[in-house]
Amino acid sequence: MTVDAAALRVAAQAARTRVAGRRGRRSRLSSVGLHAALVLAALIAVFPVFWVLVTSFKPDSRAVEATPKLVDHSSLDNYADVLSGAKGDFLAWFGNSVLIALLTTVIAVFLSATTGYAVSRFRFPGLRPLMLSFLVMQMFPFAVLIVPLYNILIAIGLQGTSIGLVLVYCTTAVPFCTYMLKGYFDTIPSDIDEAGRMDGLSPFGVFWRLVLPLSTPGLAVTAFYSFLTAWGEVAFASAFLSASDQSKTLAVGLQVFVQQNRTEWGHLAAASILVAIPAVLVFYLVQRFLVTGLASGSVKG
Amino acid sequence: MRRFLDRHWYAYAMVLPVVVVIAVLVLYPLAQGVYFTFTNINEANIANPVLDRAASYVGVGFRNYLKVLSGDSSYGAFWSTLLRTLVWTFGCVFCHYTVGLGLAMLLNRQVRGRALYRVLLIVPWAVPAFISAFAWKYMFNAQFGIVNQVLRAVGLPGPVWLGQSDLALLAVVIVNVWLGVPFMMVALLGGLQSIPADLYEAAEMDGATPWQRFRHVTLPGLRSVSSTVVLLGIIWTFNMFPVIYLVTGQNPNTRILVTYAFERFFAGASRDYAIACTYGVLILSVLLVFATVYRRALRKQGEVW
Repeated sequence: MTVDAAALRVAAQAARTRVAGRRGRRSRLSSVGLHAALVLAALIAVFPVFWVLVTSFKPDSRAVEATPKLVDHSSLDNYADVLSGAKGDFLAWFGNSVLIALLTTVIAVFLSATTGYAVSRFRFPGLRPLMLSFLVMQMFPFAVLIVPLYNILIAIGLQGTSIGLVLVYCTTAVPFCTYMLKGYFDTIPSDIDEAGRMDGLSPFGVFWRLVLPLSTPGLAVTAFYSFLTAWGEVAFASAFLSASDQSKTLAVGLQVFVQQNRTEWGHLAAASILVAIPAVLVFYLVQRFLVTGLASGSVKG
Repeated sequence: MRRFLDRHWYAYAMVLPVVVVIAVLVLYPLAQGVYFTFTNINEANIANPVLDRAASYVGVGFRNYLKVLSGDSSYGAFWSTLLRTLVWTFGCVFCHYTVGLGLAMLLNRQVRGRALYRVLLIVPWAVPAFISAFAWKYMFNAQFGIVNQVLRAVGLPGPVWLGQSDLALLAVVIVNVWLGVPFMMVALLGGLQSIPADLYEAAEMDGATPWQRFRHVTLPGLRSVSSTVVLLGIIWTFNMFPVIYLVTGQNPNTRILVTYAFERFFAGASRDYAIACTYGVLILSVLLVFATVYRRALRKQGEVW
């Protein structure tokens, strides 16, 4: 990625100076059109989130007014209710989500780092089928594994527990992380490995002392992304967690607000904002590297 | 044999943990899942140590496949559901790609406030999908939803979006397009920036119109990134579950293959695991066939993938 990124930057810069030279030629009209299109698109992109934010301050009864206003008896009451647990044990859901997503991420990244390195560097018999199976696993619908995994979790007594869900998430997180990390390791020049071998390091030593420290950004991005995936997973969590309020994750718990006969939109909106804030912060920290990782991993696979 | 191990043992040692995990958590369940499609397993006869009950399901041969593939509506009307899934998938991916490409090309120009636009335009990707699904469900409400407010304000009728009609499918497609455009946009923007500016200059020198430049420089330059993101997009959308499940629930008008499999697995009285598995296997087969064809087609065009 380092090499590619540098080359890209140079190319982008060159393009920028050229375009800047041409800039005077763009007519005022097309400039206005360009901004109008971008502003419209940005409005559409942001509006739903903005609307949830506005709704989150309204009482439930005002959230369903036929003519909505921006401010309508707005207060922080919804947030207080949600955080104090008056509407389901929000903090327990939050804790469960953090715990499950964190465990999944740690296990997946820890397991997949060595494999990602091996498939990136070594040519060994079995490499191609292995890579192909990673690719195929990207297209596994959850529906094909949900019954057997349920059966297995019941058999070993983990059905309905957080640990069981972590195991289930590893089925998608491990292949995904391996794939992402392979893409990242591919961008680290193999000269570094050779230099390390010259200096007498074993293949494991090269990996542990040279490649891994250089890959901290890649590891971080992979970790954050698998964290976010587990954070927002709906299907397995809805099906596998026990019905007790204490064991729910956020994605399951928030459904409570809509399933009741009288939907509590104000409270749902407040809870949504509380869930979205950490996810959005994490996302903006890593998004710059995310696409390069996803794209390079899959292109070079 | 000895030399073979000497040469490769460290590679195998490094690969081992993941291979073990995949074998235990993916391959073994997959084999079991395929086996279940030939049985009549359901909530009543699955092994359950908590209830101290042993498994009592029996083999039924190909009967599950016959039931599903006959297109019987009590088994999810497979063919019309497949058709709806295809409409959903290609509709969404087409819009993702065209809108994403359009926005990427706008952002690729020298425009004031580019960084800000970029940050705002990827908001739908940053917010967890289940949160967005709730937000849209709220906005699509027929009585108090903002969508109908806007439609009425400009003098159009405000339909019931999430009811028992194809409008519900349109609504979930809109939601999913909103969700998926940022990924395409960012990926394609990366692709656009890697096209050398010289090519555009040369084309301009030769008197190419903007359309010709788009057609003969931009599109070929985006070929490799496009083929990847379109394939990913199709797979993701085909398997997309939370949007439909959370926005319209078990509405038969928005039923696609994965949501029906989940219904069979999870919904109230009819927890028919064998049919859910059969659907899972069929979905996987469709995707595998598609991916193979796609890959062949790319190869034919000389793309190494």
